[in-house]
Amino acid sequence: MSTEQLLKTPLHALHLELGARMVPFAGYDMPVQYPLGVMKEHQHTRDQAGLFDVSHMGQIRLTGANAAKALETLVPVDIIDLPVGMQRYAMFTNETGGILDDLMVANLGNDELFLVVNAACKDQDLAHLRKHIGDQCSIESLFEERALLALQGPAAVTVLARLAPTVAQMTFMQFACVKLLGVDCFVSRSGYTGEDGFEISVPAANAEVLARALLAEPEVAPIGLGARDSLRLEAGLCLYGHDMNTETTPIEASLLWAISKPRRADGARAGGFPGAETVFAQQQAGVSRKRVGLLPQERTPVREGAEIVNEAGDIIGSVCSGGFGPTLGGPLAMGYLDSAYTVLETPVWAIVRGKKVPLLVSKMPFVPQRYYRG
Amino acid sequence: MSELRFTEDHEWLRTEADGTVTVGITAFAQNALGDVVFVQLPELQSYDKGAEAATVESVKAASGVYMPLDGEVVETNPALDSSPELVNEDPLGEGWFFRFKPTDASAVGQLLDQDAYDRLIAQA
Repeated sequence: MSTEQLLKTPLHALHLELGARMVPFAGYDMPVQYPLGVMKEHQHTRDQAGLFDVSHMGQIRLTGANAAKALETLVPVDIIDLPVGMQRYAMFTNETGGILDDLMVANLGNDELFLVVNAACKDQDLAHLRKHIGDQCSIESLFEERALLALQGPAAVTVLARLAPTVAQMTFMQFACVKLLGVDCFVSRSGYTGEDGFEISVPAANAEVLARALLAEPEVAPIGLGARDSLRLEAGLCLYGHDMNTETTPIEASLLWAISKPRRADGARAGGFPGAETVFAQQQAGVSRKRVGLLPQERTPVREGAEIVNEAGDIIGSVCSGGFGPTLGGPLAMGYLDSAYTVLETPVWAIVRGKKVPLLVSKMPFVPQRYYRG
Repeated sequence: MSELRFTEDHEWLRTEADGTVTVGITAFAQNALGDVVFVQLPELQSYDKGAEAATVESVKAASGVYMPLDGEVVETNPALDSSPELVNEDPLGEGWFFRFKPTDASAVGQLLDQDAYDRLIAQA
């Protein structure tokens, strides 16, 4: 795809001004790194605060008295009892229990839900919502209208509280309408790095002014997609299209925790989402393969697609995400393994350039999450 | 120290006094790769020109380092095992990859010289 065909976020000119190296990502021309480089950007986010442009992601508003009930028919998550001012992780499932996309859902109050979906899936997600629940609530794409910034790291709260002191009172996964520089923004205390921090939905026209104001704070550096990936991998967080897709169910993806209790087989509103029978059957009987953390026992990074074998050399799985963790100080990976090998500390091997690299099945996150829970 | 020669794959070569040839990647190449976190060095054996002799892993991706000429690898840089970042910090010096004995010593002089390489990267 040539750059002429790529979409641009409202911060595109700012990225170029900051000296970013741009790459095509999900149809957008996006910054993969700035002059600081991936390693230092990663470390800066863990030490202070990083500002990420995630405006390529899709923002969608559902409105109507039945919006929560309607959305529950598409996700295995409790939306009806999601409190006003809270956000929850969810996924769209298909008829066979496969994952169409993962998303965040926030309750704005006044019968309004605010969704953030993945960039590469946003058009299909919008069509999916319109097809299945379009007659039950109003569905509004905010794709062009709003930008999304993530401010992540231990200093994020100090920085954002300078613009709006109330954000310091928020806890992990809380969601609020907050005025930043006089502009109405949606702020959630969440992110994709394992650190404390915020995601800020801002009208596209005001995004650059807000981004410049945040970057002017001494703790804040701009961070590209390269460090975003190494940060989320250390935090054990899934990347859609890599660590899960339409061929993997929430059970196989080790995301049972995200299926709300009321929606489980023994819950008050059991099932009622696409593929529920398959998901419940897998929960009961187990699955043949599962997503696990993997720690290479040598310095060699083990990348997506590498085959995993047992001691006898039989293929027992493959790597879905892998690379180097700057905070961990070594390589790390996630993979799908035959369930017989998913016990922690099980030794397995990845095939890298024809050689066997020893791995241990490991707990995730690889680096402790530091969310602010009050 | 003799003058450097270059390949279109962004490796540099320097013929040493003993006739062996030192190989590394250029400043341009390390900058394009980003932070290097691991280098898989070649075995001490003969390789054909164009064979993938070494692999350099950045945070982002793995890239091959190709044998610039037919020859036998006689030494690798032990410092890269513990300090792969030398490839970024000193690509033309401490960040060298390996030394080899070329099958045909005169072939080195037929590779790109500094001017030709500078023109190549100016177009990149």
